[in-house]
Amino acid sequence: MASFGKFRWISRRFTAHPSAPLRICVVGSGPGGFYTAEKILKAHEKVEVDVIDRLPTPFGLVRSGVAPDHPETKIVTNQFSRVAQNERCSFFGNVCLGSSVTLPELREMYNAVVLAYGAESDRCLGIPGEELAGIYAAREFVWWYNGHPDCRNLDPDLKSTDTAVIFGQGNVALDVARILLRPTAELARTDIASHALAALEESSIRKVYLVGRRGPVQAACTAKELREVLGIKDLHIHIQPADLVTTPADEIEMKNNRIRKRVYELLSKAVTPAHAPYPGERELHFVFFHKPDKFLESNDRSGHLGGVQLEKTILKAFVGDDELVKQVAVGTGVYAEISCGLSLKSIGYKSIAIDGLPFDSDKGIVPNVGGRVLADASKDHMQYDTGLYVCGWLKRGPTGIIGTNLYCAEETLACISDDVDKGILTSNSPKPGRDGLLQLLDSRNTRVVTFDAWEKIDTEEKRRGNLKNRPREKLTTWEELLKVASE
Amino acid sequence: MFFSRFYRMGAHTIKSLVQAPTLTPRTSYLPVVHNQYLQVLRHELFSSTTAKLESEDGNEEKEKINVTFVEKDGEETHIKVPVGMSMLEAAHENDIDLEGACEGSLACSTCHVIVMDVDQYNKLPDPTDEENDMLDLAFGLTETSRLGCQIIAKPELDGLRLAIPAATRNFAVDGFKPKPH
Repeated sequence: MASFGKFRWISRRFTAHPSAPLRICVVGSGPGGFYTAEKILKAHEKVEVDVIDRLPTPFGLVRSGVAPDHPETKIVTNQFSRVAQNERCSFFGNVCLGSSVTLPELREMYNAVVLAYGAESDRCLGIPGEELAGIYAAREFVWWYNGHPDCRNLDPDLKSTDTAVIFGQGNVALDVARILLRPTAELARTDIASHALAALEESSIRKVYLVGRRGPVQAACTAKELREVLGIKDLHIHIQPADLVTTPADEIEMKNNRIRKRVYELLSKAVTPAHAPYPGERELHFVFFHKPDKFLESNDRSGHLGGVQLEKTILKAFVGDDELVKQVAVGTGVYAEISCGLSLKSIGYKSIAIDGLPFDSDKGIVPNVGGRVLADASKDHMQYDTGLYVCGWLKRGPTGIIGTNLYCAEETLACISDDVDKGILTSNSPKPGRDGLLQLLDSRNTRVVTFDAWEKIDTEEKRRGNLKNRPREKLTTWEELLKVASE
Repeated sequence: MFFSRFYRMGAHTIKSLVQAPTLTPRTSYLPVVHNQYLQVLRHELFSSTTAKLESEDGNEEKEKINVTFVEKDGEETHIKVPVGMSMLEAAHENDIDLEGACEGSLACSTCHVIVMDVDQYNKLPDPTDEENDMLDLAFGLTETSRLGCQIIAKPELDGLRLAIPAATRNFAVDGFKPKPH
């Protein structure tokens, strides 16, 4: 048995209800996965839920996405831990769908499978020069500073340039801008990965540009994140006053959307800084109405980013399907350049398809209706893939906050409950569920990390953090994570 | 450090909260103080709460108000809430299904409640910018929406009725469209 936190599960076999319980597997242990698990357990007294994750650590983007200086946002892991400790729930980390176990195998072993593995890839700009060194997806940069083991060695060069250009003006863009600009003494009190803290302490980046195709009314961030970045110590904010002039279409957009209105108001107030810039002060430039045209190679360093060329845009308004005013940016043929040695693309995450799963590559989601996976979306009649569900970003696309998953999970649960009531998920012979899964993983020498084993990682991270007056010091390599889990 | 102390105490605190049958002033339940602005705000909130509770410690019975929660299925639960306690805490002590992802630290909008009576809504102190930032993201926002963690029981609020918004089946792909507030 290669399982860590051994045999905790075995005792449960004998307490099973005489009529075999339904067994459901949730793939992915982020907010989408854990909220779904929680809701299934609450709604169905006899159902057993196993949550698997490809990482040895649970909680998905709460661990590797939420910024280190947002500890309050991570408090939700307390709730997810209580779910994992429910006697009808198990967590199995270091189990990768596709390589450790295939989707058909999971569906054979469980009455239902809920896919909630999120979005682990990125949209690309598709412009010349995108392959130059010094250009990263914001996701990679976020994973790097959050200690995700897959980006441990990203090693972005923060020392050869004083300027970073970020494409996108959503909350992820604001997060990465804040991490680049915030005094490192403040970051040193967070759970930011130690390698990232060290690199940021030596960073020469003084200027960050946040580039958006559209205007301040359309900026995709929320007021909270904006307020925070505007409040960074010793930071000079640059916004062109002319960009804040609104059109009637802008006014309609703001009237229809409270967030847009409040974000615009915050930006308007920030246009006149409290003081004149002083030498050495860091700068944050909001660049509106510009779209990326191409990345420019450095003259000094071959193959490395030297700048970006932007095209000025104007907005064209139209009325969308939902009868709301929408405005799209169109190019004007007027170009501008910004010299920079680092660029982060924060233009959206993208889910990854797996074998045997219907996938809509345009939208980057699994085709579904309310969380029920559609076997074939192209046909006129909708046919569901029985017993297969989705939740979270894989279902909706990569937008929304942690709480959005609550409602998303509720909707997916409604589909599952419906199918349970109809008897669709009941099998003639009991499904092997977690016993079957663990046997299979054992036969493949997969070293399963149980929740107990994760708690060893958790304890060790907190212990190391405590020594440095930090909430935790994350373990950031696969080797270390698996080693501590098996101690 | 506040940060690390909170982290170490977190889980323990929550357990003790769940088990504790009566209200005691709980310093550790205070949200993680993160920005200066909030620090001032919370300090005030907390100080006044403490003062009230301490002054009442001599009394046999703490002053309580009647609150009704209308849950997602329309079922009404009537509870008594000690003055000074937040509606989030009160809901959890009474097994009412109100989410509280950030445990009252003003970092999420999951404890969103709708104050059913406008007059009572008007008796509440105005939401701070920080609460409004979170309400921006609340599902099914209304003109009398508040965060449960920010409504603190006081005598004038006796008879308060709070609805927990239900998620609808036609969940939009892009989340939701908040109404103008």
